[in-house]
Amino acid sequence: MVSTLTPSQVETASPARPRPKRRSHYPLYFYALPALLFVVLFAVPTFASFYFSLTRWTLFSTTFIGLDNFRQFFSEPNLFSGLTHTFIYAVLTSGTKVVLGILLGVLLTSRIVGRGYLRSVIFFPVLVSTIGVGLTFKILLDPFHGVVNTSLAALGVQGPGWLTDPHLALYSIIGVDVWKGVGIATLIFIAGMVAIPQEYYEAARTDGSSGWQMFVHITLPLLRPATTTVILLSLIGGLRSFDLIWAMTKGGPGFTSDVIASVIYKQYQAGFYGLSTAGNVVLFLLVTAIILPLQLLFNRQGLAK
Amino acid sequence: MSYKEVSVLSPRVRRIARPLLAATTLVALVSGCAVGSGGDSGSDSGSGSSGTTTIRVLYPTGATNVALFDALAAGFAKAQPDVKLTFETQPAGTEGDNLTKTKLSTGEMADVFYYNSGSLFQALNPDSQLAPLTDQPWVGQLSDQMKPVVSTANGTYGAPLGSTFAGGILYNKKVYQRLGLKVPTSWAEFQANNKAIKADGKVAPIEQTFGDTWTSQLFVLGDFGNVAAQVPDWAASYTAGKAKYVDEPAIQAFKNQQQTFEDGYYNKDFASATYDQGVKAIATGTAAQYPMLTNAVAAVAQSYPDNLDDVGFFPMPAQDASKTQMTLWLPNSLYIPKTTEGAKLDAAKKFLAWVNSTEGCDVQLKASVVSGPFAISSCKLPSTVPAAVKDMQPYLDDKKVSPALEFLSPIKGPNLENITVEVGSGISSADKGAKAYDEDVKKQAQQLGLPGW
Repeated sequence: MVSTLTPSQVETASPARPRPKRRSHYPLYFYALPALLFVVLFAVPTFASFYFSLTRWTLFSTTFIGLDNFRQFFSEPNLFSGLTHTFIYAVLTSGTKVVLGILLGVLLTSRIVGRGYLRSVIFFPVLVSTIGVGLTFKILLDPFHGVVNTSLAALGVQGPGWLTDPHLALYSIIGVDVWKGVGIATLIFIAGMVAIPQEYYEAARTDGSSGWQMFVHITLPLLRPATTTVILLSLIGGLRSFDLIWAMTKGGPGFTSDVIASVIYKQYQAGFYGLSTAGNVVLFLLVTAIILPLQLLFNRQGLAK
Repeated sequence: MSYKEVSVLSPRVRRIARPLLAATTLVALVSGCAVGSGGDSGSDSGSGSSGTTTIRVLYPTGATNVALFDALAAGFAKAQPDVKLTFETQPAGTEGDNLTKTKLSTGEMADVFYYNSGSLFQALNPDSQLAPLTDQPWVGQLSDQMKPVVSTANGTYGAPLGSTFAGGILYNKKVYQRLGLKVPTSWAEFQANNKAIKADGKVAPIEQTFGDTWTSQLFVLGDFGNVAAQVPDWAASYTAGKAKYVDEPAIQAFKNQQQTFEDGYYNKDFASATYDQGVKAIATGTAAQYPMLTNAVAAVAQSYPDNLDDVGFFPMPAQDASKTQMTLWLPNSLYIPKTTEGAKLDAAKKFLAWVNSTEGCDVQLKASVVSGPFAISSCKLPSTVPAAVKDMQPYLDDKKVSPALEFLSPIKGPNLENITVEVGSGISSADKGAKAYDEDVKKQAQQLGLPGW
């Protein structure tokens, strides 16, 4: 692939030759390879998965069973709960990241000591492998030997079973996800805040605005593009989250922290290929159904301004 | 890459060239490795120039397996100097099931692999995936219970490695002695013991280790002997889709598990403890009883050798003492995939035969701790065995023993371990758990294409 690209890149990049006017920047054959890759690697599997979700298949044969897989998926409580958990997970992680990200962004664009250092500290967890973070926190949150609960015990507080209490497990993972992902949100917000012209604040200050008024009427509205990006990115990330959950609880205890992705993985592992493909289709439709209207809404509001 | 060559280039080019060079080298290295590991089955097809054959053997990771296979390799090298064994490992459990199926269907499987017998073996589609071994001399020596779990209607495909093991309750003999308790034969007696241990307050009556979810299944899996004692053809009618876990007698296992949780008999850290911690607890007597498989004695022997004879065994007690039966697991087996051919196939067959010869059995005995009698007549138990294995003998002598359900039926629902975690930690009830498991089993039966589902 590299060798086919190089000559024409050189050609377009060479400043000596006057560039002829073309309707398309590249000749038609230039699109053939990417188009082929797209069809083979993305289009065909996507449509094949729609078909296979209607079958019960092994690696050797398929039986067409209509919508049975979907019926199974929505009727079995242990599968369906995965859908609810996914929703809770996506909304909570996304919302928390926006709020925390803005607050941290405000803090880290103000004149404080060690700003550069603090910025990198906030961003550091983003760089660490998710599996590594998951396993580390699993050890830290161990109800009896973990650092968190032994520290609490030293203060005289009996810490809960963060990952073993069925009512708490999902929320503990959400907390870790926010800790790990808030750096990216903060970074985007910092970029957004730095881009806001200082004149607005100066004008507002002359008019006697308080800090809170400036935050609500200048910073927040002008951060809209950043906010949109953070919400979309973290919602999509939250809806398809898997690695952190798998590393920390494997969906347990029981099925109490199962999300769609981990349900799909378990069904696949068990050899229920049709059912897991149906789960993937459900996930695909869910992500589309949530993200598409959001994207349209944000875009329209952006244009209206 | 010498200094001279590089120094000819201008500093700017050098700055760009260096990382490029490094990247190219890295790519070459990585792709070279991939070719090296993937391509050897094709390139050296069997016999090398010196006449030796190398066969790849795949086994699940785990300390006891490593010791066993290293010993087998050393022993086999003496018996067959012209065959060399190399090893590959993969994770055990459902992850391993998935890998095994994928490797078989893509033709990437090692020349010999070590895998479960019974329902998991049947799920591999043996007739189309595995090399038949029906004509091998050792097949005639397999026990009556072993032969069907490595065979289909068309032939035999697996050679056992290791001994059988029972599933029930491991108990600490010192704790029992101190409190003057007797081995229970009925559920009521078992509960009376639990009550006494709890009243004493020094140790946990029952050890549970949901940190490793598979360990939560023993209340249900180990109770199957009792189900079979009450309804001898239960397994067959379960395979046919008639017998269900929501009905008596099978639901009793879920009810028993729920009851022990509600009575507060578990160790404090049951929700997060791991199998290794459970083994430690039962060996050192910080817990009195642990529903587990007797092959845990291997782990005891390895980590707590001085406590090996403190650990005893009794089957999961039935409600009615006369129906208490031991549930027996048959050993995992060695299989040869269809993709092994020619000289490698011959060498692989030699290896399987040697493992079950007197010589091979001696190596097995030295390298591992027996957890029950062998499933092939060529292998005999030594005179001294761990206490837990000794405790199994009366049930074998009285023929109060049934193979575990997974050896009598091809269906085992994959989510049992999560369901029993829910029942065992009060998230769900016995009724709900049994119902959820019936649903899980239904999916498996449909996937296998069994009639009646």
